[in-house]
Amino acid sequence: MRDSRNVLYGSLLLLPAAVLLWIFTYQPILTTLYHSFFSTAKGKRAAVFIGVDNYARMIDDPVFWQALSNNVVYALVTIPVSMALALAMALFVNGRMAGQGIVRMAYFTPTVLPMVAVANIWLFFYAPSHGPIDQFLGLFGLGHNNLLGTPNTALWALIVITIWKEAGFFMIFYLAALQQISPTLIEAARLEGATALQVFRRLTVPLIMPTTLFVMVNALIGAFRLVDHVIALTKGGPDNSTTLLLFYLYEVGFQYWDTGYAATLTVFLLVVLAVVALFQFGYLDKKVHYR
Amino acid sequence: MLFNKRSALRLTAISLSYLALSATTALAETKIDFYYPVQVGGPVTKVIDGYVEKFMAANPDIAVAPIYAGNYNDTTTKALTAAKAGTPPTVAVLLATDVFTLIDEDVIEPVGSFATSAEDKAWIDGFMPAYLKSAQTDGQLWSVPFQRSTAVLYYNKQAFKDAGLDGEKYPTTWEEMVAAGKAVTAKDANGQVTRWGVGIAGNVGSAQWLFGALSAQNSAKLVNDEGTETYLTDLKVVEALQFWVDLSTKDGIHPPGIFEWGTAPADFLAGRVAMIWHTTGNLTNLRKNATFEFGVAPFPGHPTPASVLGGGNLYIFKDASDEQKAAAFKLIKFLTSDEILADWAVQTGYVAPRDDSWKTETLKTYMVEAPQALVALEQIPDSVPEFSTHENARTTKILNDALAAALTGNKTPAEALGDAQAEIDKVLKPYR
Amino acid sequence: MSNATPANSTVTVTIGAWFLALLWVSPLLYAFWAAFHPSSHGAPFGLFAPLTLDNFREVLAAAPFPRYFLNTFLLVTLILTCQLVVCTMAAYAFVCFPFRGSEVLFMLVLIQLMIMPEILLVENYRTLAALGLRDTILGMGMPYLASAFGIFLFRQTFKSVPKELEEAARLEGANPLQILLRVFVPLAKPTYVAFGLVTVSYHWNNFLWPLVVTNSVETRPVTVGLQVFATVEQGVDWSRVTAATLLSVAPLLIAFIIFQRQFVQSFMRAGIR
Repeated sequence: MRDSRNVLYGSLLLLPAAVLLWIFTYQPILTTLYHSFFSTAKGKRAAVFIGVDNYARMIDDPVFWQALSNNVVYALVTIPVSMALALAMALFVNGRMAGQGIVRMAYFTPTVLPMVAVANIWLFFYAPSHGPIDQFLGLFGLGHNNLLGTPNTALWALIVITIWKEAGFFMIFYLAALQQISPTLIEAARLEGATALQVFRRLTVPLIMPTTLFVMVNALIGAFRLVDHVIALTKGGPDNSTTLLLFYLYEVGFQYWDTGYAATLTVFLLVVLAVVALFQFGYLDKKVHYR
Repeated sequence: MLFNKRSALRLTAISLSYLALSATTALAETKIDFYYPVQVGGPVTKVIDGYVEKFMAANPDIAVAPIYAGNYNDTTTKALTAAKAGTPPTVAVLLATDVFTLIDEDVIEPVGSFATSAEDKAWIDGFMPAYLKSAQTDGQLWSVPFQRSTAVLYYNKQAFKDAGLDGEKYPTTWEEMVAAGKAVTAKDANGQVTRWGVGIAGNVGSAQWLFGALSAQNSAKLVNDEGTETYLTDLKVVEALQFWVDLSTKDGIHPPGIFEWGTAPADFLAGRVAMIWHTTGNLTNLRKNATFEFGVAPFPGHPTPASVLGGGNLYIFKDASDEQKAAAFKLIKFLTSDEILADWAVQTGYVAPRDDSWKTETLKTYMVEAPQALVALEQIPDSVPEFSTHENARTTKILNDALAAALTGNKTPAEALGDAQAEIDKVLKPYR
Repeated sequence: MSNATPANSTVTVTIGAWFLALLWVSPLLYAFWAAFHPSSHGAPFGLFAPLTLDNFREVLAAAPFPRYFLNTFLLVTLILTCQLVVCTMAAYAFVCFPFRGSEVLFMLVLIQLMIMPEILLVENYRTLAALGLRDTILGMGMPYLASAFGIFLFRQTFKSVPKELEEAARLEGANPLQILLRVFVPLAKPTYVAFGLVTVSYHWNNFLWPLVVTNSVETRPVTVGLQVFATVEQGVDWSRVTAATLLSVAPLLIAFIIFQRQFVQSFMRAGIR
């Protein structure tokens, strides 16, 4: 009796969410897979089944491989650096000091601003000759760097922006975690003669481990999800040195209108995210659950 | 009471709107949508609305709805998606280089097929051949030129004079440009360059345009008229790229790496670059903001001086009634009349693509005010159409990547262009 | 903030913290400086250059930013309202009306935490075209109307509501809707505020999906409008671009500075699970 009531109410309450999630998350996952086996319709030519041709093309596509390796470098640098900075920031503002509120606000502000807007500000910072960064380098006789226009530095320029924007966001999670640590625990450790470094390594780090893992998953998703700055600053150039996977997907889908191939690229991105998900459910959940 | 106040009101409203509706239909038999982009500064939408009002006043049986659709990219996207949904605009201003894409998507009708009378044919012949060329393929005229531009050389006369050059004598060949560039390039005490000789934008979206000019100057062609074949491995093309690369690496007169289109005017105005290759559309901006005397010159040659054409054409879409298409053709003829094109040129800085436009009072007066604009006109016969092929977005990107690779030293010009040719061959194979 | 902070920071730490803070805000400080100075002074940095509001005037004359703001406002309102309703209903179902298989459904919901609508933009674009909702504010918001994050967050909060309160309400004859509105929603208020702030800032800042689905002034949100404004044929005018940039971040920035504490705590609360 009770159970059937639950089914009735439960499913009615779930219906709107289920419909919306079906239309915009599950159904597109399935149709993406389906369309990845078809050519792109054009004019009078309808889409035809072409098997794994799109996948063969992807493996053969140097731009795809470049986008993938760019994305890997991008993730491998932005994630650890912004996490380390975030932890440092959290430790800074967790202690008592003059102007703590202002400092915390300074760290956090980039997070609330749109990436496109932020990119426009950085575009000036990176401008050759008269941009502040190049002028600063010029003081040491290292001027005339077109940081966004040189393949060796363009991706790094975007990495810096990402770190600048994300670190404050991750700081919040660390701050929350630090405030959960009982001060008496730390005091006890200090009374037993532990140095600040020892307290940090033996006590703080293990206690904030779940947060670290949580932040890491967030950062991983972010590294594949946010390409606004690529669109605003470099359009993937020069010579694809700043093309990230989602940007390439956008380019193929909405600049070249090659939807069949775009579906194939989407499938690849979904696989990457599925691996992240498995990592989270399989490995992370054990660590996070005890909270 | 027969009915209450509210339903009486509603009834009145309904009959009123019916009246209004029948009033417009009685006057305007044919309704057409007109999509257009805005790519330059200024109150462009108001100008277009004004033209359309004028047109409708002269043609009361036609109702035109002008729809501002964003930049070129937005407008093409909007027109294409609307066409796929079965509700295309009847007429639209789109990039000249979109022609193959629009043909492949099977959404446009050749404008030439409407020009049947002798008068219409004369109207078509009135366009400058250089501009018409970009709209012709498969023996058809697909669109007509409307908001067209071309690239010119802006040079800082003051910098020329400071370097002991004649401010009125601009470079006419590659060699002269390099010599002038070397003379005006200035360094500070530490050997840091404070002013570069020349800047040619090499970022994605600009590189292929200006490279078209460089190749033409070296008597080379980048692409065939059918848009199915590119000639990037032609030695003349490779030589043109080598020249561009050398400007920085060998001659030391061009900023290293990629010079940005977007910041080029600011660099020129601040005196950091003495010569830039930029669009005629920038003349108003530079005239307003320059604190020094500057000159506008046609592009140099090696040996043939040549520039490249850009901008948008008027297209007629397929999925419409014959009356609508006829109305669209009328509108196109109106918008490309000598007077309108002249006014459009003055208001926006675009180049009027008809010789007779330049003979109107409007443009004559403008010529007195801004004699520099004449340079664009004189250069047009020597100009080539913009790079355009089937799958244009993709091939253009491939070419851009190759140019960037060479300019940043990742590949030699021959390698970069060879790789790009191979990639483009793959893309264009189905169209041959 | 907790008052039981461990100790006063040393001078070195304070200096380090301040240095980093200064470094962090310098891009924004520069943008402020540039936006209020005439463009000819935009390149060399001069402290005593004249102040002006011309850049803002020019921007407002050149692009319909008020309309863009309205679009963003409508979009964010639509998404927030729907998310609150849809996610509350779903979370309520998971907590109070569990049935066989609802745990599996919940796991399915969590997939959206990983695969956000941005990744699926090609297919979602196709869906919107089929629904005839391309270039509409509703279409722009639709993929986000149900949020896995919201469902997850509300479920956690509802779970912590004492069973006795729910029982007491039921004994008083309240129906399920009344129980939800009188017991659960009031107790979850801090979570709602936290979720609201996170959602508003996320969607105010969202760019890629709106860029793809909009192509007219009437629907374009302020992020896309800014991008369109910043890329013109004649080249970049720093002062105007920074003025436009500041204009587009101003509402959020002002709200953030006023409600700084709530913002930070909300993000913290949303993060703690």
